[in-house]
Amino acid sequence: MEKVIVTDKLTRSFGSFTAVNAISFDVRQGEIFGFLGANGAGKTTALKMLTGLLMPTSGSATIAGYDVRRSPEQVKQHIGYMSQKFSLYEDLTVRENIRFFGGIYGLTSKELREKIPQVIESLGLGSQKDQLVKGLPLGWRQKLAFAVAQLHNPSVVFLDEPTSGVDPVTRRLFWEDIYEASARGTTLMVTTHYMEEAEYCHRVSIMVDGRIEALDTPARLKAQYSASNMDEVFRKLARPE
Amino acid sequence: MNRFKAFIIKEFRHILRDKRTLLILFGMPITQVLLFGYVLTNDIKNAPIAILDNAHDHESSSLTQRLLSSGYFQLAESVTTISEVESAFRQGKVKLAVIFPADFGHLLNADGTAPLQIIGDASDPNVATTLINYAQAIVLTYQSERIKGTVPPMSITAEMHMLYNPEMRSVFGFVPGVMTLILLLVSAMMTSITIAREKEMGTMEVLLASPLRPLQIILGKAVPYLVLTILNAFVVVLLGIFIFGMPMRGSIVLLACESALYMLVALALGIFISTKAGDQQQAMFISALGLMMPTMLLSGFIFPRESMPWVLQKIGALIPATWFNQIIKGIMIKGIGIDLLWFPTMILGIMAVVFIGLSARNFKNRLE
Repeated sequence: MEKVIVTDKLTRSFGSFTAVNAISFDVRQGEIFGFLGANGAGKTTALKMLTGLLMPTSGSATIAGYDVRRSPEQVKQHIGYMSQKFSLYEDLTVRENIRFFGGIYGLTSKELREKIPQVIESLGLGSQKDQLVKGLPLGWRQKLAFAVAQLHNPSVVFLDEPTSGVDPVTRRLFWEDIYEASARGTTLMVTTHYMEEAEYCHRVSIMVDGRIEALDTPARLKAQYSASNMDEVFRKLARPE
Repeated sequence: MNRFKAFIIKEFRHILRDKRTLLILFGMPITQVLLFGYVLTNDIKNAPIAILDNAHDHESSSLTQRLLSSGYFQLAESVTTISEVESAFRQGKVKLAVIFPADFGHLLNADGTAPLQIIGDASDPNVATTLINYAQAIVLTYQSERIKGTVPPMSITAEMHMLYNPEMRSVFGFVPGVMTLILLLVSAMMTSITIAREKEMGTMEVLLASPLRPLQIILGKAVPYLVLTILNAFVVVLLGIFIFGMPMRGSIVLLACESALYMLVALALGIFISTKAGDQQQAMFISALGLMMPTMLLSGFIFPRESMPWVLQKIGALIPATWFNQIIKGIMIKGIGIDLLWFPTMILGIMAVVFIGLSARNFKNRLE
């Protein structure tokens, strides 16, 4: 399988503080990759480098074949990003939000004309398409934000705590969307605070103090750390006695 | 270019959908011009006065007639004793009192000189000074008319000429002032608020992760407000000309160019503020306190800069509005051109370069 994300000793320091310390890993096409770590472990800094927002101090990373250092603009065009706030414009309607995000990713008016009804239909938002996003329930916003992040058929979608603040049932439903995207061949990089969600990922990496301390499938990680669930694995790694 | 277009369309949607923004954008300029034009004026008309005429002769009544027909004064209290004058002042019924002595006309005709008492309510010193000056001027005119025909021993006739604004209308000073304020308000404050809003809503993250370049994001934010500011500037100038009779003696093209330069400075300031402010409230607060207040107080718009302490004059010189104010007045009222306005223009130009540089650097830093 093709490797969509490749990082080699990716490092970022701020003055004397090394936020991300020589991390190396690969992510295959269609993989759901869990990117875990306690607050301050360097997760956010690593994500910023992978999304072309922050230049690495040393090491390299390529996304869909584009080097984050040399062509950050190309990287941005080939990724989708969904923030933890499901950031949409509340004072725009569902349709206007889709049109805007499609527009800034360079979709032509013709493409948008085809895409917008498709997206609205697949979300089942037909009757709300001209409603302001303000009035939409959180679960729907989350689905819409995810759909909007995929309008331009990105190779990789970064999901930054995509389920924070929603109830467990909605959360479970959202993972079905993630599996669907994965089945279509989209690679997904997910950060989360919910350890049961780590179990849903194909592979999980756990960052501690700027390094990747563990990287494997949830089943093998649990075996390796003789833990019954991912929460235990995480606690053993991130907060060693 | 399509990406940028999508961004601009979105920005206009935000503006048109937010009633508060619309109100600030279009309600404020008009209200402010009208308010400042009509209310905040130094010209006093129909001030209530009392006249205590102890003489009741021809001279006193014709001078009284003069005072009351001048348009500046209105007889508010008929008084017959000095204590009534006092109580009228205390009750705030009058702002000025004129007292004729019993032998006013007699002294004037016999000795050629007569005392006349004018009392002002100096609890409001500006008004008192203005009214006393008006009254004095009327008395002097009356006196010079009376001595016509007789040959005075010596006389200097000072001929006053008020250049550019012969009627001394204070609105000539306020309209340019309001313009500096409005352009700053719309350009700087609204831009900083709208950028802060993206940060607050978390959409800035998404925008930055998109292929839009930071410069495109900033320009996309600035352009719609620039367009609206230009519209606003037109409205303010037109109101000034057609409602308050402001002259437009200089070149409109020059005024438009200078306004564009000033807007550029204001926009850069707004972007600079937005890089410092975490949310909309902070952006509003910094704009109001850091931009609006100094502009109102120190730019010479309301209070003359010449009478300020040295330090405040120097601070005032750092405010873009101070220079733009000089430019507008120069063009509209004096009708002068760039040959005489190159200095304030140059200062604005330097400010534009500095603030654009600063805000670009800060915006980049913030991304890191």
